[in-house]
Amino acid sequence: MTKTILSMAKATTAVCALVFAAGSALAQEYPDRPISMVVPWAAGGGTDVVARIVAAGLEEQLDATVNVVNRTGGGGVVGHSAIADAKPDGYTIGFITAEINMMHHLGMTDLDHGSYKLIAMINGEPAGVHVRADSEYQNMQELLDAIAAGDERMTSSGTAAGGVYHLALGGMLMEAGLAPDAVIWVPSQGAAPALQELVADATDFVMTQLPEAQSIVDAGQARTLAVMASERLPGFEDVPTLQEATGLDFTMSGMRALAVPADTPDDIVAQLTEAAATLVESDSFRERMEQGGYGIHYLNGQDLTALLDTRDAQMGEIIQALGLSR
Amino acid sequence: MTFDILLAAIELVFAPKVLAIILAASVFGLFVGAIPGLTATMAAALMVPLTFFMDPVPAVSAIVAATAMAIFAGDIPGAMLRIPGTPASAAYVEDSYAMTRKGQLRAVLGLNLICSALGGVIGSIILMVAAPALAKIAMRFSSDEYFWLALLGLSCAVFIAASNPVKGVLSLLIGLSIAMIGFDPSAGFPRFSFGITELTGGVDFVPAMIGMFAIPEVIRNIVNIHQVKPVQQRVSHVFAGLRERLAHRWWNILRSSGLGTLIGALPGAGADIAAWVCYAVSKKLSREPEKYGTGHDEGIIDATASNNAAVSGSWVPALVFGIPGGAVTAIAVGIMYMKGLNPGPRIFTETPEIIYAVLIAFLIANLIMVPLGYVAIRMAGLIIGVPRAVLMPIIMIFCMVGAFSITNSGFAIVIVLVLGLLAYGMEENGIPLAPAILGIVLGPLVERNFVMSMTKSGGDLLSLFDRPIAAVLGVATLAMWLMPALLAMLRSFRNGRA
Repeated sequence: MTKTILSMAKATTAVCALVFAAGSALAQEYPDRPISMVVPWAAGGGTDVVARIVAAGLEEQLDATVNVVNRTGGGGVVGHSAIADAKPDGYTIGFITAEINMMHHLGMTDLDHGSYKLIAMINGEPAGVHVRADSEYQNMQELLDAIAAGDERMTSSGTAAGGVYHLALGGMLMEAGLAPDAVIWVPSQGAAPALQELVADATDFVMTQLPEAQSIVDAGQARTLAVMASERLPGFEDVPTLQEATGLDFTMSGMRALAVPADTPDDIVAQLTEAAATLVESDSFRERMEQGGYGIHYLNGQDLTALLDTRDAQMGEIIQALGLSR
Repeated sequence: MTFDILLAAIELVFAPKVLAIILAASVFGLFVGAIPGLTATMAAALMVPLTFFMDPVPAVSAIVAATAMAIFAGDIPGAMLRIPGTPASAAYVEDSYAMTRKGQLRAVLGLNLICSALGGVIGSIILMVAAPALAKIAMRFSSDEYFWLALLGLSCAVFIAASNPVKGVLSLLIGLSIAMIGFDPSAGFPRFSFGITELTGGVDFVPAMIGMFAIPEVIRNIVNIHQVKPVQQRVSHVFAGLRERLAHRWWNILRSSGLGTLIGALPGAGADIAAWVCYAVSKKLSREPEKYGTGHDEGIIDATASNNAAVSGSWVPALVFGIPGGAVTAIAVGIMYMKGLNPGPRIFTETPEIIYAVLIAFLIANLIMVPLGYVAIRMAGLIIGVPRAVLMPIIMIFCMVGAFSITNSGFAIVIVLVLGLLAYGMEENGIPLAPAILGIVLGPLVERNFVMSMTKSGGDLLSLFDRPIAAVLGVATLAMWLMPALLAMLRSFRNGRA
């Protein structure tokens, strides 16, 4: 019971901390009180884990407490809105994901990456193509040829309809000169059920990032044909890029980035940018990311804005072609 | 299972912190179970916010320990007051109380404790053997099989769990309507969200659980504070004479533990149904059925062992298929997702050490039940006598903090209160809650897998029977739907002849 009460006390403290964080206090020297980091996805998921590693690193860099707050729901809309609408005082920062360039094309919200000041991209796992171990397709070219031949419409899965890996498939097919919906997309709740379908011989291939499929590949039940990145990934040197395998110049990846509300003062943005830049270079951060199997792909705010400007247009085009835009 | 996985699992469980959490959760479960009206489900629901601060193994073990203890502890007020602490003790409360009136309170509590622990241990062992084997089969399941499994679960909830099928269906439909709220799983189109951003994500199941299980009890206590006074009778030497009583009943314990585990594994059926069924079976097979209900120990032994075995059994579908069969495992599955553990057949290959650690926690919980339960029996008078006026506000605070901590938004508290009122209204009108809860949990599963199957087959309904296991499950589901009609026809046929 003591243990229970202790944990209870912790919970209460966390709640109190939130309440105080929300109350206004004149910022003397930023930061002089705890910072809340809003994560639009559930605790325990990949984004949450990376966010927590970043939060721990920022605590060291800024010498302030950083509390991760999971504001889930609405397919990411709730959390992304919470970050954009927060008081722009630097005490609410957030972790935005690739969905920010998709949700507005899908008619779910008006937010896009312009609704924030971008601090740093932390990582972005490129999409991979996976088939069953006993699949007749030995390489990516064979799979593409079979899709092009169109004897029977193939099925693929990996995320919800309009999710980033669905767009990766649509974009690849368009690049190959095929209809973006030449393959039937079976909507799934993320990679795990999609891989289950694949192993159960119910779909033809799965689009998802390499680390998520690793355990099934290691178990000898699936093979990875290609990765949609500009170069091979460290740790997955056997997997060719899409361009190497098929000649198609197309890349697509997820995105996890640190962002603040658009009206946040420039000096705070500069301070956070510096902290993030130092953080990604630190050994402890690299070690923790490696432990979790997460790659690091750092971009500063400026470069990230440029990337997302092109990405947003590309995503819009694919979503339009797939007939999903509203 | 290789030896090093087992070692890794043992290492995970036997960490001092994990053992301390199991111990604390056990005490909590005993306390909740011993108080009439507070159920094992409520113990699990109230623990959710605390599991936020725990690693996966202690988090799930805490739920395991608390529910097992609560099911046993429900026997204590049953024997002392003729009020079952949890619904699972209701089947044999007459016998228990009759024994108490004969001055055998000591003996009946000793029987409850030892048989509960034995039932739990046997159930855990069956779970340990059956779950990995079933997981191997489940590896080959696609959305077709999952669709039928989830639908079968919903059907069981109505036809097995509810005493009145019409009210069961009504409850199920309420649950399914709640499950409809939010983005639909295939096209991402918001349903019934009325422009409220928080609702587009759907009704989070943890606030829903807390609201539906805890709030009605709090309201009932406000409406009618019934302070209960336990029987004053010496309960020392609980274990005296037990050996003789149990010596010729070992077959009852084995039979009811096995049957209880099986019933627990059925979706929709839980510890309470296991106890009713095993009590009935015991009476039917007994050489002295006329003694049942008059303070006879045989029925008590059967039923009290079976309800704890059912607690273990109920984890089979939850762990193997990721499909919870009841409210407690629904909560546990939610916690597992939150901790990044995706229950389902893959979990046995991806993180076997964690799953075996949880299975070992089952054994530990049922073993420490004996000493802890002994203390609880000795202190029963104190626990049952806790003033309701103090207890209820504390439960209310637990509910609010728990709900808030899930999504960090005040909206969760609104959900708790709205669904709490709804559940109170339902129970006051004899509408069971379990089908509604299963509707909330399994509804999205049915829909999601149906959409996946239909997308794959291009809308061909018969493709749901294409795969052999799916066909078997499909036929079983349809047979269950037709059963009431068939039975009614049979009855009118017989009546016509008579």
